[in-house]
Amino acid sequence: MSFEMYQENILDHYNNPRNYGTIENPDIKFHDVNPLCGDEYEFQFKIDKNGKIVDVKFHGNGCAISKASASILTETVKGKNIREIKNLGRKNVLKNLGITISPPRLKCAMLPLKVVKVAVYSYLGNQKEIKEFEKEWDKME
Amino acid sequence: MELKKIRNDFPILKRKINGKRMVYLDSAATSQKPKQVIKEIEKYYENYNSNVHRGIYKIAAEATEEYEEARKKIAKFINAKSEKEIIFVRGATEAINLVRFAWAEKLRPEDEIISTVMEHHSNIVPWLMLKKKGIDLKFVEINDDGTLRMEEFKKLITPKTKLIAVSHVSNVLGTINPVKQIAKLAHENGARILFDSAQSVPHMPVDVQELDCDFMAFSGHKMFGPTGIGVLYVKEEVYREMEPFMGGGEMIKEVFLTNATWKDPPHKYEAGTPDISGAIALGYAVDYLEKIGMKKMKEHEKTLTRYALEKLSKVPGIKIYGPKNAENRGGVIAFNLGDIHAHDLATILDEQGVAIRSGHHCTMPLHSKLGVSATARASFSIYNTKEDVDELVNALNKARKVFGI
Repeated sequence: MSFEMYQENILDHYNNPRNYGTIENPDIKFHDVNPLCGDEYEFQFKIDKNGKIVDVKFHGNGCAISKASASILTETVKGKNIREIKNLGRKNVLKNLGITISPPRLKCAMLPLKVVKVAVYSYLGNQKEIKEFEKEWDKME
Repeated sequence: MELKKIRNDFPILKRKINGKRMVYLDSAATSQKPKQVIKEIEKYYENYNSNVHRGIYKIAAEATEEYEEARKKIAKFINAKSEKEIIFVRGATEAINLVRFAWAEKLRPEDEIISTVMEHHSNIVPWLMLKKKGIDLKFVEINDDGTLRMEEFKKLITPKTKLIAVSHVSNVLGTINPVKQIAKLAHENGARILFDSAQSVPHMPVDVQELDCDFMAFSGHKMFGPTGIGVLYVKEEVYREMEPFMGGGEMIKEVFLTNATWKDPPHKYEAGTPDISGAIALGYAVDYLEKIGMKKMKEHEKTLTRYALEKLSKVPGIKIYGPKNAENRGGVIAFNLGDIHAHDLATILDEQGVAIRSGHHCTMPLHSKLGVSATARASFSIYNTKEDVDELVNALNKARKVFGI
């Protein structure tokens, strides 16, 4: 039988996460936990003077969905300007995962996005955006 | 009653999930409901829906009679001395909170409460809330096999200990705690004893007099009743140490603009219109359990647990938590498979029609003791079969293939 959520692509990112590890002297780093399942990730970024993400790494532990989502997200944001992070949303993450996420697992898929957004918004001093995303996060179920 | 006949009483078991027979292994979270109980809810609303303890008319009298009859059935079911010892609440959580507000409010700074690290949050958080009053909390640790370190009770108990609050059966480890022994120790030291019996009353014979407990909390929805109804048993003499915590209708004798007087227990603790259909349905759930027989319930679950422990322990990479021997445990088995996250396991099993629980099961302190953030948990009731266990094992083996372990 086939497993809807555990496609080859997801398992590949889970077993061989891209951009896994740490950066020496990162410009931004942020760590967050989902206490419900214990998933936790830290993202680190190296930013050039124009605000371009020249390197990104993540590390941490969690389920296959969250880890694959984190791995894919590093590929998505690498090379982007940090101001573009604002345009990344739930839809992009789901599209890049390419699977249907059941409602109870949505937060697994979105935790890495939360870490990235809070990291970048904090760096930019944008508290309003953090609050807005946290509101959206609370509604995810 | 035969198992096949029993399974037929639970309409939901005919459901298909992803085209497969649903294998429901989450009765520790909530049990399924037999049609005999569902019908009584419908019967109440279609035939005698009315408020209790007030109306003079025919159907109000019927509702009151059925509601109080349910209380009697529950009292008899746990061998309470009198139905006065049964307070209807929303569930085990509310039952424990009732003790916290109606009994523990009188505790003074430096008084102590002893609990254990294996408790459900509902038997930890209400006591944590008392810390701001200066109440000291102490927790008994567990051994590697998931049993309580019994010698610690003796070390922790002092003349300042006013309450020991302990689960009868762990909702994760399945451990059946020696609660009678703990009650004895509490009483020898002048403390009260509370049992969180949410995982015992639905699964085995429970006798409050034999166990000599002062408070016992359990939920209706885990014992074939509906959600929204549960029970706090209070030993009658303990009522002297309690004050009502909710004021309003139903709980008063007389009200003046200067003061009010209370009804006698248990009604003193049932302010407002209660969950009438829920209480009545719970009474019929008790009838259903008694028809099967609690000894038979226990035997059946023990047989399944033994079978499951044997089969599961053969799955490569599995780690099972709690006592290894089915004799000492209820029908609850928590486990992890390799480094697969419990949520991934639960999703893969769900895709095969097998419903298990994953997460911390409202026991975060216990999970941190076990050194994991989440576990998968299968739990049984009378309607589960060895085939259900086989389906679980097959599904786990498929999960192993998916994750390459």
